[in-house]
Amino acid sequence: MQYHLTTPLSKQDLAPLRAGDTVLLSGVVYTARDAAHGRMAELLDAGKPLPFDLKGAAIYYVGPTPERPGQVIGAAGPTTAGRMDRYTPRLLDLGLACMIGKGKRSAQVKESVVKNGAVYLAALGGAGALMAASIQSCEIIAWPDLGCEAVRRLVVRDMPLTVLLDAQGGDLYESGPAAYLQSMEREDGA
Amino acid sequence: MKIRELKGEAITEAVRQLCLQANRTLPADVKAAMDQAIRAEPWPLARQTLGLLEENLGAAAQKELPICQDTGMACVFIELGQDVHVDGDLTAAVDEGVRRGYTEGYLRKSITGDPLQRKNTEDNTPAFLTLHLVPGDRCRITVAPKGAGSENMSRLGMLKPADGVQGVRDFVLETVRLAGSNPCPPIVLGVGVGGSFDHCAALAKRALLRPLDTPNPDPYYAALEKELLQAVNALGIGPQGFGGATTCLGVSIEQAPTHVACLPVAVNISCHVTRRASVVL
Repeated sequence: MQYHLTTPLSKQDLAPLRAGDTVLLSGVVYTARDAAHGRMAELLDAGKPLPFDLKGAAIYYVGPTPERPGQVIGAAGPTTAGRMDRYTPRLLDLGLACMIGKGKRSAQVKESVVKNGAVYLAALGGAGALMAASIQSCEIIAWPDLGCEAVRRLVVRDMPLTVLLDAQGGDLYESGPAAYLQSMEREDGA
Repeated sequence: MKIRELKGEAITEAVRQLCLQANRTLPADVKAAMDQAIRAEPWPLARQTLGLLEENLGAAAQKELPICQDTGMACVFIELGQDVHVDGDLTAAVDEGVRRGYTEGYLRKSITGDPLQRKNTEDNTPAFLTLHLVPGDRCRITVAPKGAGSENMSRLGMLKPADGVQGVRDFVLETVRLAGSNPCPPIVLGVGVGGSFDHCAALAKRALLRPLDTPNPDPYYAALEKELLQAVNALGIGPQGFGGATTCLGVSIEQAPTHVACLPVAVNISCHVTRRASVVL
């Protein structure tokens, strides 16, 4: 199935999604990766507000290349999400609805996605030029000293994504290869 | 014997250009392997995903963007003829080339000056320079930008000699299985076998420089490369880890003598954006 979704996202928006579905995502998406997650955790520990509202928000794990003059953003494909795992359940409990990245997540993240009715979506890893095409604006809203790791507010239109983890516990990284291998076995048996 | 003079500035300019070229254009052998994989891929989602990765190459060329936002550590390999005299500081000349290439080319600055204190150097220096002295009066420079998604999934094992070739097979397959979707499959594998602990890792990295259509010159290792490629692709991980026949585009092995008590094996994983560009000065 293919879904058109716009941020902020509600649990109702995300409930029908299943691992393997495609999503064309529009609206505001915030970027944050390793260093920004560390700083967000420090803010939460200190009881201070985050640079953006987590309720229904989407975070894209990305560190783009610098934009050329006249361009909105440089190449902007996903980074490996697993490095953010230790911070993620807390953010999901606070209302984060959607993560965009690539790569496997921990058991704790999977449980938290189910518990909070959230979703983890794949952007195409190593396809920085293609992913940039759906980004319409980009503005640094926190920690410019972090360079490519600064928090950016992106406005995206029809960003092409694939559901990796859904709120029912589905995981494309398990079901996708399993389905392919089963099809091969059927072929061998025929 | 005549000593040839090579200006540091010539090395800087070559490195600058190679940084730009490597980040924007896939090597012909890697592109050919991608084309071949699309033709051979039986699984529809995998074929579609490979198609999008090819589309990305076109988008990068058209917009003068890097293929991948992780423009990597600038791994620079120099084979320096021993009849060459470099006028100036070779390391500084290479770093200056990286600085200019990454700054002028709008490439990402991904290097932290200290591994624990983590302050970005802001110009992607230093280069990760490997220097080999070779006969002759030429200087061959290769820039191979290396992204962290795949680098982080690389492993080294000190096997027992009795583990033999089966131990090496098992270690390679286990490494790929553990990596799963993280290193942006379809991957390329550089495998080092033998040497010492540090030498083995360097062999694995050097294996990634060999074009995918060039097998190991030793038939024993060429056969092992082919066998490992098939075994890795039988895992079903597929492009991006979504499932399919195309998990790996190529396996290159570099072997070296080792101690009677040692069997080191190193697997350096690279991604579908396996970048390298070379020039001879």
